[in-house]
Amino acid sequence: MSLLQIQGGTVYDPTNGIDGVVQDIWIQDGKVIAPSLDLKADRVIDARGYVVMPGGVDMHCHIAGPKVNVARKMRPEEKRTSPMIRRTALTRSGTTGSVPSTFATGYLYAGLGYTTAFDAAVPPLTARHTHEELEDTPIIDKGFYVMMGNNHYIMKQLRDGEPERLKAYVGWLLNATKGYATKLVNPGGVEAWKSGDWNANQLDDSVNSFGVTPRQIINSVAQAVDELGIPHSVHVHCNNLGMPGNWSTTLETMASLEGHRGHLTHIQFHSYGGNPNDQSTIRSEVPKLADYVNSHKNLTVDVGQVMFNSTTSMTGDGPLGYYLHKVTGRKWFSGDTEMEAGCGIVPIVYKNKSMVHTLQWAIGLEWYLLINDPWRIAMSTDHPNGGSFMAYPEIIALLMDRSRREAILDQAPAGVRERCVLGDITREYTLNEIAIITRAAPARLLGLKQKGHLGPGADGDVTIYSINDDKQRMFELPRWVIHRGEIVVDGGEVRSNKAGTLLHVAPDFDDAVVPDIQSWFEDHYSIQFRNYPVDENYLHLHEVVPTRI
Amino acid sequence: MSVAEQTQESTLPSLTIVKDAACTFCGCVCDDMELTVENNRITKAKNACVLGKAWFLNHHIDDRPDATIKGQPVSYEEAIEYAADILLNARNPVTYGLSDTTCEAQRVAVAITDWVGGTVDTTTSVCHGPSGMAFQGVGEVTATLGEIKNRADCVIYWGGNPAESHPRHFTRYSLTPKGQFLPNGRKDRYAVLIDVRKTKSAKAMDEFIQIKPRCDFELIWAMRALAKGVEVGPEIEQKTGVPLAQLQALVDRMKTAKFGVILFGMGLTMTRGKHMNTEAVLSLARDLNKFTRWTAKPMRGHGNVTGADNVVSWSTGYPFGVNLSRGYPRFNPGEYTTSDLLLRGEADAAMIIASDPMSNFCQQARDHFVRIPTIVLDPKLSESAKVATVAFTTATYGINVAGTAYRMDDVPIYLRPAFQSKYRSDYEILKAIETRIRERQLAAS
Ligand code: SF4
Ligand SMILES: [Zn+2]
Repeated sequence: MSLLQIQGGTVYDPTNGIDGVVQDIWIQDGKVIAPSLDLKADRVIDARGYVVMPGGVDMHCHIAGPKVNVARKMRPEEKRTSPMIRRTALTRSGTTGSVPSTFATGYLYAGLGYTTAFDAAVPPLTARHTHEELEDTPIIDKGFYVMMGNNHYIMKQLRDGEPERLKAYVGWLLNATKGYATKLVNPGGVEAWKSGDWNANQLDDSVNSFGVTPRQIINSVAQAVDELGIPHSVHVHCNNLGMPGNWSTTLETMASLEGHRGHLTHIQFHSYGGNPNDQSTIRSEVPKLADYVNSHKNLTVDVGQVMFNSTTSMTGDGPLGYYLHKVTGRKWFSGDTEMEAGCGIVPIVYKNKSMVHTLQWAIGLEWYLLINDPWRIAMSTDHPNGGSFMAYPEIIALLMDRSRREAILDQAPAGVRERCVLGDITREYTLNEIAIITRAAPARLLGLKQKGHLGPGADGDVTIYSINDDKQRMFELPRWVIHRGEIVVDGGEVRSNKAGTLLHVAPDFDDAVVPDIQSWFEDHYSIQFRNYPVDENYLHLHEVVPTRI
Repeated sequence: MSVAEQTQESTLPSLTIVKDAACTFCGCVCDDMELTVENNRITKAKNACVLGKAWFLNHHIDDRPDATIKGQPVSYEEAIEYAADILLNARNPVTYGLSDTTCEAQRVAVAITDWVGGTVDTTTSVCHGPSGMAFQGVGEVTATLGEIKNRADCVIYWGGNPAESHPRHFTRYSLTPKGQFLPNGRKDRYAVLIDVRKTKSAKAMDEFIQIKPRCDFELIWAMRALAKGVEVGPEIEQKTGVPLAQLQALVDRMKTAKFGVILFGMGLTMTRGKHMNTEAVLSLARDLNKFTRWTAKPMRGHGNVTGADNVVSWSTGYPFGVNLSRGYPRFNPGEYTTSDLLLRGEADAAMIIASDPMSNFCQQARDHFVRIPTIVLDPKLSESAKVATVAFTTATYGINVAGTAYRMDDVPIYLRPAFQSKYRSDYEILKAIETRIRERQLAAS
């Protein structure tokens, strides 16, 4: 039994309607409990004069698994010039740069006040690898999304008109991988790339080898996810990422989710007007798309904010990787996974001297500022694609302070202001709204009832900030970070090396489908069916997050 | 229901059949073995190739002490304590090997090296290290072996003899199997071997191209030029031994394939040019994506060398030859690779996991190895185990120990053990050493 009392802090707990109220938080054996006068705490944190929030939740980042590890191997040059993570008496060493090593990743997130993070794109065949890396990613709770948008079994069921089988397979696959949610990456387009047909840019393009369309894939997986009661909706990386004029594809994707829950990820990269054949015509179409999201309660988004920095683009979107390689001329990794997925990795630099990059930066901010309901938008940089998760404090400052945005717009290359509406937006985020988009909303979108808030029964994940007018400073260096009741960061120093908990789902599904999956699998995969599922005893500390039914 | 439900192994008295076991003898990591186990011996290895059969059928558990110090049998606890002493007292210890053990053990070995501030290095530094460096330079366009099986209608083997080094590569992945989009198997593929020698692999090909030794780079460069439509002169034949017309025909074929792959071996990576050759071959495959889908892949040897690359990369950010003496990872092949550290006499202790530097490093490195305190973990009494200060007898991964190994295409494979060994696994031993080191470090701090 351990009892921690966080005394007298100014609490922002939007889920429980607490907006800057001075009160105590009590954590017993890792869980928040109702304050009580009868209890005597083992440890008291004097939080008077500090801001207290639930631990941060990153719902979309790339931190573990094969593509992340390939990117680590591919970028020795940036590690030499980036800050090192030194070994301490308690903690391991590591390297940083845009793709930190696993131990470094855990410590950096914790140091930033984030206590939960999800890798957003894992090919099922490599789930085992991802679990191994996540176990070596200390402190934070974590999980991953399973890529399904170019999965042959799913496309085959669509072609054959077998929605029940498709649904059962989605359930089976989440169980087999011990994943958390379903992910569609450029649905159909990656399969087209793998088979030499380049891409599927439009929702009604036919994926040649199967004769199905991206629209069908999106709609059917969204339906399966809802019917299986998966806590998080289908997580969609739309077709046509990064292309001027792609906003109409995005709008159609939104429309194709009608009747289902749907999360559109790194929406910034999908909100461009202009002519696809001429990058210089790019402009923002956020107002139209944000209007649509504002009026359709089934939809949620995360941003994928671009920051001015040198980073690594990594994506399950194989054809996008090739496109970026052609545009940047930089080294390129592409990896196709049998029956399931693709992958592209290219180093990239976002420059404030570039009209296109500055516009991308503005478009990301427009999303935060034009979505009326902060509960339906989550902060992300699509780490490391738009920038590192380490940039979150800077984004917070930009959202809370219009003059900071103006200062950058004033220096922006010609044409940026005219191509977006950012300059006209006066909105500034409040601390409560920041607490929503960085913890409460992502936890809610993920269906994590014990995360993102500080009510009784919640996991004891708490971040305590010193108040500072410079919001970037304030959020960069939390005073204390608590994970499941344990103080893991104290005054900027990481004080723990624990493994954290893996979060996964285990939906019920109709197991009559398994023999059919098995015979398909045995025809096409290069490993044995029985060696594919990740067994439960293979996982480190883990928790099954219940389905909604 | 649980999808990972274990199907029952059929068990007769003293006879067990273990299905879906994996062979870790080469980088193919075939996971379709059906092993018959009788009285702690494998008597049948269905589906294994000759190498795999030898690996399984010759496997027997030596009768050796659990642990020795300077050749004398000691208790396990004593040996752990002594090993911890060695590592804690060393200023520049090196951890080496790692390619023939599970990822679980590899992770602990990296942890130990981190805690004591040593150097961690794998056998990659003596085989496909140049591929790793080329990869850092240009990237790689690649695919899993199943993808190659399902799609690759043009397969080029370069600088290798898979028929003898990876015997089931042809039948399981790259040459003869029926694939999803290659319904007629072998007939749907065009296969080429490029090598300095006409090896056994040549017989299985549609075309064999004999290249003069040490001019792979020139040949690849000419192919890149031809692919781009840049003219190449007939003198290429004199340089490389390959007539221009043959080369042109090959490049034309590559450009019109639907999906191609270049599978390259150590004949390319360890000949003159080393990582330049690999860079060139990776660039060639990449360039061809302007026309159609092309990929490349190194034919990695040892069972789990790919796992070692992955584990060292995710833990430190670099794939091999990582020095942790300053408290953070530094990478410099040539400086922090084991053979170099020994050769220059810089390592003052060594921990070897499932590898045998005493039988394959140069004399000078070996001389230094016997001078310094060493810890060797090996199932056999290897040359290195014979001279080790502390030696542990270990259970063999894959046969006696469960865990994970990564295939040459980075696909993680579950290792299903056939039977128990009386010896401990690398993982258990390393974990005990780590625990002891941590206890002592934390007590001191
Ligand atoms: S090909 Fe390699 S992994 Fe497969 S059975 Fe033969 S030796 Fe073992
Ligand atoms: Zn992403």
